Formats: sequence, C-alpha cells, structure tokens
Amino acid sequence: MALTGIFLVVFLVVHCYVNANVFFPNAEENFNRAAHFMGSNLLIRITEIGLFAGFILHIFQGYQLEIKNRASRKSRYAVTAGNKTSKWYSRSMAILGTLILLFLIIHLAHFWVPSRFGGLDEVYYDGEKFHNLYLKMKNTFAAPWVVIVYVLGCISLSWHLLHGVQSAAQTLGWTNKKYFPMIRNIGIVFSILVPLIFALMPLALYFGLQLDLENITLLF
Amino acid sequence: MQHYSMNLKLKIWRQKNINDQGHFEEYDVNNISSEMSFLEMIDVLNERLISEGSDSIAFDHDCREGICGMCSMVINGQPHGPWKGTTTCQLHMRAFKDGDQITIEPFRANAFPVVKDLMVSRTAFDRIIQAGGYISVNTGNAVDGNTLPIDKDMADESFAAAACIGCGACVAACKNASAMLFVSAKVSHLALLPQGAPERKQRVVSMIAQMDKEGFGSCTNTYACEAECPKEISVLNIARLNREYLNANLSGQ
Ligand code: HEM
Ligand code: SF4
Ligand code: FES
Repeated sequence: MALTGIFLVVFLVVHCYVNANVFFPNAEENFNRAAHFMGSNLLIRITEIGLFAGFILHIFQGYQLEIKNRASRKSRYAVTAGNKTSKWYSRSMAILGTLILLFLIIHLAHFWVPSRFGGLDEVYYDGEKFHNLYLKMKNTFAAPWVVIVYVLGCISLSWHLLHGVQSAAQTLGWTNKKYFPMIRNIGIVFSILVPLIFALMPLALYFGLQLDLENITLLF
Repeated sequence: MQHYSMNLKLKIWRQKNINDQGHFEEYDVNNISSEMSFLEMIDVLNERLISEGSDSIAFDHDCREGICGMCSMVINGQPHGPWKGTTTCQLHMRAFKDGDQITIEPFRANAFPVVKDLMVSRTAFDRIIQAGGYISVNTGNAVDGNTLPIDKDMADESFAAAACIGCGACVAACKNASAMLFVSAKVSHLALLPQGAPERKQRVVSMIAQMDKEGFGSCTNTYACEAECPKEISVLNIARLNREYLNANLSGQ
C-alpha cells in the first residue's frame, strides 16, 4: 500500500511538471512536444506499463485492505467517536480512492485512449509531425461539466493524499519524534499544492488564462 | 469544584454469553454524586438490580486505580470515556451533567469476543505477549542496579512504551480493530534496551505473526488509538515497530 502509494505520488510529480506547460507562453508547441516525448520514448513506454501495474496493485490492495478491516469488527458500535479522535479523510481512504478511480477512468477516456489509439488532429513543428493533444485538451475543457468533474477529482485526490503521504511514511517506518512534524508538513503542502496545480489546468484552459513570464501577470 | 448529584439515563449492552446476540437495555439511575467514579456509578445500579432479584451487569475491573488495564467499556463511543489519558475506573462522574444519556457498550472486535455484557476476552493479547514479549534471563540473584549503563533518552522512551497496561482501548477505538499500538508498545519497550537485544528480531516477527493470527485488522494510521489510549502511548512506536519488522525481515528472520 505504502510503496505503491509513494510510486503513484512520484508519477503525480512528473505528470504535474509536464502539464504545467499549459500555463506558460507557447503552451501549444511545448506541451505537444513534451507529450510526444512521453509517448515515443521507449523507456517511458516501459515505465507506463509499470504505472498501470502500480495503479492496479494499489487499487486492488486498497479494496482488499478495506474489506479485511471492515470484517475485523462484525458487531458494530451504536455510538462512535467520529471526528473527535481521528480525521474524517483518514477513515475515508477507500471512498476517496473510488472517486479518484472514477475520475481516472473518465480522464483516460479523454486523453490516453485517443492519443494511443488514434483520433487526434495532427500538427507540424519544423516539418515534424506531432499529435495535437493540446487542441484536444482545449476542446475537452470547453465543456463546463468536464471542468467541474476535473476540479472535483483533484479535490478528492487532495484529501486522499492529505492522509496518504504521512501514512505511507509512517507505514515505512520513516517517522520519528524529530522528523514526524516535518514529514506531516511536507505531506500537507504537497497534498494541497499538486492537486491545486492540476485543478488550475482545466480552469486555465476554460477561461483562457496564461502566465506571462516577463510581466508575471495573467493575460486574457 | 462544586459537588453535585445527577440523574442519568443509561443505555447498556446486555449479552448473556459469547453466543448470545446481545441487545441494549435502558436504566435510570438517580442521585449519582459527581465525586463517584464511573465504575462506582455502575456498582450503585448493580446493587439495585441485585436487590430487585435481576441479573447484575458484568464488567471487568481490578485495581480501580488506573494501572491494571482490566476495566474496559466504550462510553458514548469512546473507550474509557471522554477524558484524555484516563481509564474507566479513573473517570469521574463530574465528566457528566444531570439528565445526560450515556450509552455503554463493550469493546467490539472479532479478536475480543464478548463473554458477558461489558466483559470481553482479551486473551489474544496474552498470546501475543507469549509469542515474544519477554526477555530470557538466567535465574538467580537479581543483577545490581546500574551495572548496565543505559542512555537516558533510550531509558525514557522505553519507559514511556512500557507504560502500556494492555487494556485494549486502542483496538476498541480503531476503525479497523487493529492491535498495532499495543504490539508497538510491547516491541518498543524491549527493543530500546540492551536486555532486549538478543531476541530483538525474532521477537518482532513472532509477535506480528501472532497478531495477524488473532484476527485483528490492519493499521491505516488514523491515530484514533493514540487519542484514546489511557497511557497516551505515541503512534511513533508504530513507526518503530514497522522499522523493526522490516529490519528483521531484511536480515532473513
Ligand atoms: C493518483 C492516484 C492515487 C495516489 C497518488 C494514491 C496515493 C496513496 C498513498 C500515498 C497512500 C498511503 C499509503 C499508506 O498508507 O501506506 C494511499 C493509500 C490508500 N489508497 Fe491511494 N492513491 C491513489 C489512488 C487510489 C485509488 C484509485 C484507490 C481506490 C481504491 C485508492 C485507495 C487507497 C486505500 C484504500 C489506501 C489505504 C488507506 C490507508 O492507508 O488509510 N487509492 N494512496
Ligand atoms: S497501547 Fe494504550 S490503549 Fe493500547 S493496550 Fe496499551 S495502554 Fe491500552
Ligand atoms: S480497574 Fe485497573 S485500570 Fe481500571
């Protein structure tokens, strides 16, 4: 659980970094080139298989754990302490995970399926042919309901990570008196920052916002 | 603080034996002093039940001074009731007000079957201790104190873990009915001391194997255990347990 979780966290960082291109000038070309690199590099294609395996393993273990743990107390309490003694999201990892999974299916259907199995427009940079994934993204995020689903997906991810990051560190035995507060704080910053950057992408494309590096202002 | 007396509505779990389904029953108790302990309040009710010729409510208790770990029961959803770092026997009725409704249930976990009413069997913990929660020493005279120098920080941390009274509130509080806080306290208090070193690796592997056999759930780090533990055992012991277990397994135990 912890190892696959951390693996997925590493994936999130890479994914977030690549996609952050959409915020910057010349977004279309840079983003398409980056996506092309991710799609054509053999090493990355092999990693992609690992990534799928990581997701499947994490999801499988997650449900298995949830089922085992629910079965460990057959007679239920009439009254429970609820939020007095633990955080609601720490008790809701499987529900949050399921929301992420639903989001993931929609997300793969939007971008991964067409980019692997065809259906994307093409575009030429310096005479070389690229898939125009950027255009696909722009068209997809023109629909408000899609933007809303993506933002909700990111919020679920944020709650999942808010518990998950420090939990993985604890499971792996990395925490102690000295480092626990630091690990917890890193977890909090990560869990808010990364999903926030992700959520800003559909929003930026929907509203047509882009960062101007020279003036550091938002251009309309 | 002002002394006062109160009337309470109790909803208490009644269960004849291990095979009975169990159900709640309601009782009114009147004129309870704020200076009584929670167990004394139940004693008052039991006296009345006995004088009426009905079956008294069975609950575990022994020392009634917060050191033996026998008293259990979940009070309004909290093992050992609403006070932090306090056992049920040390919980006083001034934690409640006149007219309160109090729901009292046994610790619930597959690994802790209810024997009768509020009494559960915690022999699963005994079997975990038997699996490795000890050190082997030669019999004979006790060793002189301080012949074996121990770092002060280590000694303090070991002592903090050794404060665990094996009450099982951590299991009762955990949504997964996991016993990790208990096992981590028992493993930590020996792993931190030189006396615990010879059996260190085998101990953690055997105790975890026994824990899994007993049917406790798996830890997902919600930390409800730490919040409810009457001895305020830190969840950082669980991280130490995970480290000890990993090290023991990596070195081929
Ligand atoms: C981008 C996707 C995801 C990431 C980055 C992620 C990350 C994490 C991390 C870091 C942990 C903590 C590991 C530990 O406590 O040892 C975790 C735990 C968990 N995840 Fe995920 N996860 C993702 C998707 C999912 C999905 C789709 C499910 C579906 C069921 C899921 C279910 C769980 C469960 C049940 C746990 C364990 C609960 C706990 O430790 O309290 N996760 N996840
Ligand atoms: S760790 Fe705390 S709650 Fe668990 S058995 Fe020990 S004293 Fe009781
Ligand atoms: S009766 Fe001994 S700790 Fe409560």
